[in-house]
Amino acid sequence: MIDRLRTERPLTLAPKLLAAGLVVFALLYVIVITKVAPFTGGNWRTTTFGSALHDPSSFLKIVLDSLTFASALFIVASGFALIFGLMRTVNMAHGSFYLLAGYIAYEVQQGMTGQGLSLSSGEVNTWEWLVPLLVAAPCIMVVGLVVQQGFLRWTQGQELRQALITIAVSVIIADQIIAHFPRNVQGQRFGGNAVDLTWPGWTDRFVNLHVGGVQYSLAKLVVLGIGVAVGVGLWLWLYRTKTGMKIRAGVDDEKMTSALGINIQVMFAITFAVGCMLAALGAVVWASQSNISSGQDGQWLLNSLVVVIVGGMGSIFGAAAGALLYAFVANFAASYLPTTGSDCCTQYSTILTFVLIALVLSFRPRGLFGKAA
Amino acid sequence: MNPSTWTLQQQVERSIGAAVLVLVLIWPAVGFSSYWAHQILVETFLFGIAAASLIFLSAWGGMVSLAQTALFGTTGIILGNLATKGGPGGVSKGLHLGWDPTLAVVLAILGTTLLGLIGGAVASRSTGIYFLMITLTYSVIATYTLGQVTKISGFSGIGGINRYTPGWIGDLLAHPNRLYYIALGTAVVVYVGIRYIVRTPFGVSLQGVRDEPVRMSSLGYAVPFHRTIAFTFAAFVAALGGVLYAWWAGQVAPGDVDLPQTISLLIMAVIGGLTRIEGAWIGAFAFILMQNYITSSTHVPLLGFGGTIFGGSFNTIIGIVFLLIVVVSPDGLTGLWGRLFRPGGRWSKGGGEPAATVAESVQKPVVDPS
Repeated sequence: MIDRLRTERPLTLAPKLLAAGLVVFALLYVIVITKVAPFTGGNWRTTTFGSALHDPSSFLKIVLDSLTFASALFIVASGFALIFGLMRTVNMAHGSFYLLAGYIAYEVQQGMTGQGLSLSSGEVNTWEWLVPLLVAAPCIMVVGLVVQQGFLRWTQGQELRQALITIAVSVIIADQIIAHFPRNVQGQRFGGNAVDLTWPGWTDRFVNLHVGGVQYSLAKLVVLGIGVAVGVGLWLWLYRTKTGMKIRAGVDDEKMTSALGINIQVMFAITFAVGCMLAALGAVVWASQSNISSGQDGQWLLNSLVVVIVGGMGSIFGAAAGALLYAFVANFAASYLPTTGSDCCTQYSTILTFVLIALVLSFRPRGLFGKAA
Repeated sequence: MNPSTWTLQQQVERSIGAAVLVLVLIWPAVGFSSYWAHQILVETFLFGIAAASLIFLSAWGGMVSLAQTALFGTTGIILGNLATKGGPGGVSKGLHLGWDPTLAVVLAILGTTLLGLIGGAVASRSTGIYFLMITLTYSVIATYTLGQVTKISGFSGIGGINRYTPGWIGDLLAHPNRLYYIALGTAVVVYVGIRYIVRTPFGVSLQGVRDEPVRMSSLGYAVPFHRTIAFTFAAFVAALGGVLYAWWAGQVAPGDVDLPQTISLLIMAVIGGLTRIEGAWIGAFAFILMQNYITSSTHVPLLGFGGTIFGGSFNTIIGIVFLLIVVVSPDGLTGLWGRLFRPGGRWSKGGGEPAATVAESVQKPVVDPS
């Protein structure tokens, strides 16, 4: 092993240096190098906002946007990571649960307010936002438990088969969502059309953060707060309660845990239900911030996958790290790739997601916080 | 090739295989249903090629790849960019370089193979479920990249590719039988090629890498390298299917590589069976038959199809079929077929077991005692 390391050093050092150089360049580019793009023309140095030193308040706003998006990513992906960590089940229906939760919450909110297609924030009070969440989350927990008990319990340990089963479930759910949602919209009933969940009225204002004169949306700060709360809550649950201790024991050694008299099947069921509930929570939060429409199931499955691949499969800390990295890369690429007049390179931002995955995987094949299997 | 030494299963399979080959060879010539020839069968051949690349990776490499659809579609996009010309008819997006179609086909296949090399290298240290996840991100990234980068594709994709076929092939719209025989020929070549590759020293060591990566590594085999090369070869096979698809459909858009399409290809491979290469075309045929004949007016008992109780479309049915296949026979139709000849063979792995109290160890396949 030591011999191999010695002989391979020049080979492994070169890509590492290259990667470090890339990261340093990206940071320098954002902070110093770039300039505001003129109306026409422009070159590789011109971006929408210019450098961070030139326009700190835009920079701060993008940092905050990244943090907000990272919160939503973390809420959803931590559920995915929790399930994978304990059960080694890749829940490919996670995105479908997200979508279903969003639509259920929307229907409940519409039912409570009795309005039409789109509501303004002033028409929604706190209860009319909380109750949809409190209905959607248990609904998704039940759906998740049915899938887990019906199909996953007896295929435990057959990872690929479980992935295929959950893919089948996601195909069915996606199609049924198109057939049945949204129900309350006149004119565009069914077909999985885009609909908005609405934040309660009190969040619809901007808060002066007293840093660089940034006015920031309170609703986004609420997303950030919920993300942090979920993180703290998960940590307390996993590291400070008996159930959490049993789950962690199950992650480390399933057979031993079970031999100690702990009913591992109950742990599996609890974990799966909590994981699904997190998808539902994330859906309600992010659907209030943006919207919900069919097709987002795939997008959020991808989001969860990227987060856990980058962060390390099955670790909550990994999910947090992965969510942060992914959100920062996605948001900064969208705002800080070179712009030249009307034509811009920001459309290439998706490719940077791939670069992120490639960089992380080439140095840590199991992600940042991943443990060797 | 001595029939007397074949097992019963081989005898039956080879007879059926020969019969099917003769049937599809004479199909258009004797004037059987041209809808079948130019829609169902051609589609079966070319999606079968893509599914074969997936099954090759899964059966001999232990890697279930969801990137094959992306590679398949990317070939069509590259071909469209290079071969089509702009002008009055060319309203679709793309570069419209208008190069020689033969050169464009070669470059499209090479380009896709190169993408496979890069993607394979990045994912080469993972297998199984990790590999599935990484390749899934490839496929989704391909969709969004193609959709957003309007210079090369945009969401509408590139149309009219079938009007720019190489001169030695001619006009495929006027002679659809040519496409039929080209697709059939490519499918046969791919089938034979994969059967050959897995018997070469590379194929055998690839199987070693699949079963015992650690041992192979300590024996001096470059494990990630084998996986990378296997993935590159599979990308090449997918590219062959992709060229045929571009000619058959005429238009290639990001919608052809999106998540539902990726899942469709996986469903074809799983219905056919992830362990045998023949499953690719069997699965593609079964899937395409369902796709063509289950419509919204089809009445399915209990589901109230196209009607009231369940609603939904073809996808709900395909989802349920897929679920049933995975639950009943994870090895698909070829697996079910294989069971006929092995009484008491694999049933024990299936649903008969009581709910496991101690789940199987999942990290590593059990090391065999040999």
